[in-house]
Amino acid sequence: MNTNGNTYTVIYSIVLVVLVAAILAFVAMSLQDKQNENVKIETITKVLNAATQIDESITIDENTNVLEMYSEKISEAFYVDGNGNMAGQMNMGKENVNDIQVPSTADLKKQNDILKKIDGAKDEASKASLMETLRLPVFIFDINGHSVTVIPCYGAGLWGPIWGYIALAEDGKTIDGAIFDHKGETPGLGSKIAEPAFYIDRFKGKSLGSGEPVFAIEKGKHEDNPNCVDAISGATITSKALGKGIDMWARYCRPYLEKAAATAASAVADTAAVTDTIPAAAGTEPINNMEE
Amino acid sequence: MKDINFKEVLLKPIFKGNPVTVLVLGICSSLAVTVQLKGALVMALSVIIVTGLSSFVVSIIRNSIPNRIRIIVQLVVVALMVILVDQILKAYSYSISKQLSVYVGLIITNCIVMGRIEAYALGNKPIPSLLDGLANGAGYGLILIALAFVREILGSGTLFGFRVIPQCFYDAGYMDNGLIILPPMALILLGLIVWIQRSIQKDLQEK
Repeated sequence: MNTNGNTYTVIYSIVLVVLVAAILAFVAMSLQDKQNENVKIETITKVLNAATQIDESITIDENTNVLEMYSEKISEAFYVDGNGNMAGQMNMGKENVNDIQVPSTADLKKQNDILKKIDGAKDEASKASLMETLRLPVFIFDINGHSVTVIPCYGAGLWGPIWGYIALAEDGKTIDGAIFDHKGETPGLGSKIAEPAFYIDRFKGKSLGSGEPVFAIEKGKHEDNPNCVDAISGATITSKALGKGIDMWARYCRPYLEKAAATAASAVADTAAVTDTIPAAAGTEPINNMEE
Repeated sequence: MKDINFKEVLLKPIFKGNPVTVLVLGICSSLAVTVQLKGALVMALSVIIVTGLSSFVVSIIRNSIPNRIRIIVQLVVVALMVILVDQILKAYSYSISKQLSVYVGLIITNCIVMGRIEAYALGNKPIPSLLDGLANGAGYGLILIALAFVREILGSGTLFGFRVIPQCFYDAGYMDNGLIILPPMALILLGLIVWIQRSIQKDLQEK
């Protein structure tokens, strides 16, 4: 048979391509559920890891049943818009752990695009309407009595997207834990953002600020500044991009965080007022809790 | 029909005809993925599977391939194998697939895969082609692991992520070599390996 004829060549390439496409489509579709499941479990592990960093007795490794642990520790999971109002719930898997809902990186990217649009918007009206379309995921965990709020962050690294989760204390500022991941940062350099030596050690004792920027990752400015984390040597672009991502997401989560912190503070003040009055009624010197 | 020496097919690519140090193929990826041993090992295994299977498949259809589009046909077969490996890893071994993610593209463009198909699989029966592909993948993997071993131990002080250089060395002033993590140092290391091999194997030396 003449394998060099034009007709043969064209038919051969069509058949080959259709055949290969069919194989790939079949494999991709039959494996898709399993792959999505893996991605979801990974996100849940990340969120849980960030939330539980304040309690060193909790360790999460390959043998941990993260689905069960998540549904046990979580107390609230919802979306907020740019004004800090509740805008939808996520299934927390209290009844069935397989129903747990978490945002995918594609969801984070979508929100990130809206955030960038708001940052670039010229007039207040379009800004306000965009703010209302925001759906920023927020998770609230109860870790042995501590209330921990976890917010995501997302940004563009050197080679691809980088994202992560930051756990905040009840004041909405103090960083209780953090974890990051990336699509394809340089191994050994930018990829270090996904290592505990970076996200645990360097974020310890840091907090979100109230000025602009709220947060940054820069070389050599971290010593006296609680809102700045030391950058990774050799990975300046990845570090800066991560700092920017955290800053942007924290800025838009702030309306919610401030509301939540105010509610928590007034609850604390109420209990403090009660304890104040008891010794006074008993005729002893009132104790000023504020000075302790 | 010519006789095929299976021992030669299997052993030659490991040392005497190593695709990296003798044919100087696949340099790009061997510089990029050898920072850590774990990534290098996964990459080596994937390349072994891809070279073996794509040589095998191309060898089966070798008599039907139109000569003018043979490179395209080979590329389609290689890409199919790489994507299959990637999809299966993503479903059944997610953590390894995360390690591999960026390197998948590098396997498709790895000259060793195409080089062996052109040089061997197009003219030989399926079983010897399969062995040739596997052996060449192994020869590549061997160099990868050797490079990653040196680079991880000197660059990060670890092996497979476990610390092997004791803390007292660091306390006494020892520092990890940051230069060795960067690709140029890998090229110099690779050059050293080529030098060693050529000084042992005199027939490789050019006059």
